[in-house]
Amino acid sequence: MGWFKRLKEGVSTETINKKAAPDGLWHQCKKCGETCTSKDLADNFHKCPHCNYHNRITPELYFDIIFDGGKYKELFSEIQSKDFLNFTDLRAYSDRLVEAKASKPGKEAIVTAVGKVKRRELVVAAMDFFYIGGSMGSVVGEKISRSIEYCLEHKVPLMIISKSGGARMMESAFSLMQMAKTSAMLTKLGKAGIPFFSFMTDPTTGGVTASYAMLGDLNFAEPGALIGFAGPRVIKEFIRKDLPEGFQTSEFLLEHGFLDFIVDRKDLRERLGDLLHFFRVDEHVDDLAPETENIAPIQTAE
Amino acid sequence: MVFLEFEKPLESLTEQLDKLKQVSEEGDIDLASTIIELEKKLVEKRKEIYSNLTGWQRVQLSRHPERPYTSYYIDQITSKFVELHGDRFIKDDKAIVGGIAKIGNQSVVILGQQKGNTTKQRQYHNFGMPNPEGYRKALRMMKIAEKFNFPVITLIDTPGAYPGMEAEERGQAEAIAKNLFEMAQLRVPVLCYVIGEGASGGALGIGVGDRVFMLENTWYSVISPESCSSILWRSWDFKEVAAESLKLTAPHMLEFGLIDEIIREPVGGAHLEPEKMAKTLKSHITKQLKELMPMDPDERIEQRISKYRKMGEFEIVGQVKE
Ligand SMILES: [Zn+2]
Repeated sequence: MGWFKRLKEGVSTETINKKAAPDGLWHQCKKCGETCTSKDLADNFHKCPHCNYHNRITPELYFDIIFDGGKYKELFSEIQSKDFLNFTDLRAYSDRLVEAKASKPGKEAIVTAVGKVKRRELVVAAMDFFYIGGSMGSVVGEKISRSIEYCLEHKVPLMIISKSGGARMMESAFSLMQMAKTSAMLTKLGKAGIPFFSFMTDPTTGGVTASYAMLGDLNFAEPGALIGFAGPRVIKEFIRKDLPEGFQTSEFLLEHGFLDFIVDRKDLRERLGDLLHFFRVDEHVDDLAPETENIAPIQTAE
Repeated sequence: MVFLEFEKPLESLTEQLDKLKQVSEEGDIDLASTIIELEKKLVEKRKEIYSNLTGWQRVQLSRHPERPYTSYYIDQITSKFVELHGDRFIKDDKAIVGGIAKIGNQSVVILGQQKGNTTKQRQYHNFGMPNPEGYRKALRMMKIAEKFNFPVITLIDTPGAYPGMEAEERGQAEAIAKNLFEMAQLRVPVLCYVIGEGASGGALGIGVGDRVFMLENTWYSVISPESCSSILWRSWDFKEVAAESLKLTAPHMLEFGLIDEIIREPVGGAHLEPEKMAKTLKSHITKQLKELMPMDPDERIEQRISKYRKMGEFEIVGQVKE
């Protein structure tokens, strides 16, 4: 629920599009302060070439990285948010929605797509932090539910890429109930033996973490991502103490037993290819046949 | 007696009444008719105030220091209660109390967040704010219920899951998520009652069930009005407005289809007649169990999941692409 504050503090909200980044534009890393060209950044999966800081990217960029040939079919884009409670704080929720929809027509805080990774099908539901803080409202819950139904019908594994400040307060209890809705729907995937991968990226907090993000058959994350239930600011204010360095990072969660592994963005596609080999749903493939493709050994991310 | 801000008119009436009674008992003046008059007035005033409560006033009522808590209801509603402790991993989280008991002839597992009536008790129960161990303790009890075919009854009353460092280290998010996942597919009936505060994931962590009910003067929301005010209004001063905007009262939740029914409280709140409240709750639980126990477990689970599947409001724009 802390996305609003973070936006306020001037966290970059520009969406970096690989194709649109002209040469010669400079990018300064917000972690190490070093600079590089936008092109170098884009060529490096939008990670800092100096310190490997993973910049926040859009669902579309993840799809480009993950899917074979960058090709995929978007699903359920017709489902869109509305202001059904007439919620107004300092701004009307309806105004926020108009603005968000104008900046990313046809998009939402989550974008869902199906495509192939190393020739195996995968449904990916990717959250967009640049769309109202990636906050989870009714649309996020509905698109995830429909993705699960798609996976059940077509026997395709699911991956959710979480990147969210938490629940969308302007939808009040409806946003809260999306936690129950998505978790309940995931039980169906579990019963059908269809794998669900939860991939957490910076940031994954609040109700998103306390529902589907923590329910993967495998939970993994990008390096250095903020992952937690209560946001660091909330905890700090509550206990009136500074939090230790590295608290609530991916590495912290791995150490405390809540992640299976951390994966660098450049290795994501390879890793997914391997996972889809192990967790195959296509039973028609003869597992005893000699391997026709070279399966890369799984390496531990640094 | 503790009077809330908006109950001030009742406080002066009550004081007057007490004085009259005292005088009447001590002296020779017959004040019976005046007393009856004043008592009537008090009842009328109470009705008037309580028929028109704002969201924030309901929030205040839900936190009334004399309000009955989970342990009180367990004590009043059940017999042969055997309290169970611990999550079998880390410790016994005192913010969650529960165990096995009888309601009539039916064995049940009943549990909930416990706040405590005195300062000491409140600290002991961590003000009803569970750590991950609390959610895991609750799940352990629910798994016992599932194994031996006892229905599960949860009583929700929490200002939220505990936002501490250790809670994060031990996986607050994972513990809550796991409960949502497991409660959705528990093979026994699950009844959830919001008896006080229903704050966010900390409440929902024991709140997924076949049927969810709210007592009349409780609230359920994604965030407390105070925190909502501080984040969206960037100030702590807008809690009343936030409480209205969040539409967090029982009537709202019923209108939205997010809960199944409202349980009426005695006029003036559950704390005025706690025994009556407990009786109402008991007969409600009994009636619900009669309906839910005979159902086929698979069908019950399917209905439970479909209920949650339907929750959400959105619009469908343009052509449906397939
Ligand atoms: Zn850097």
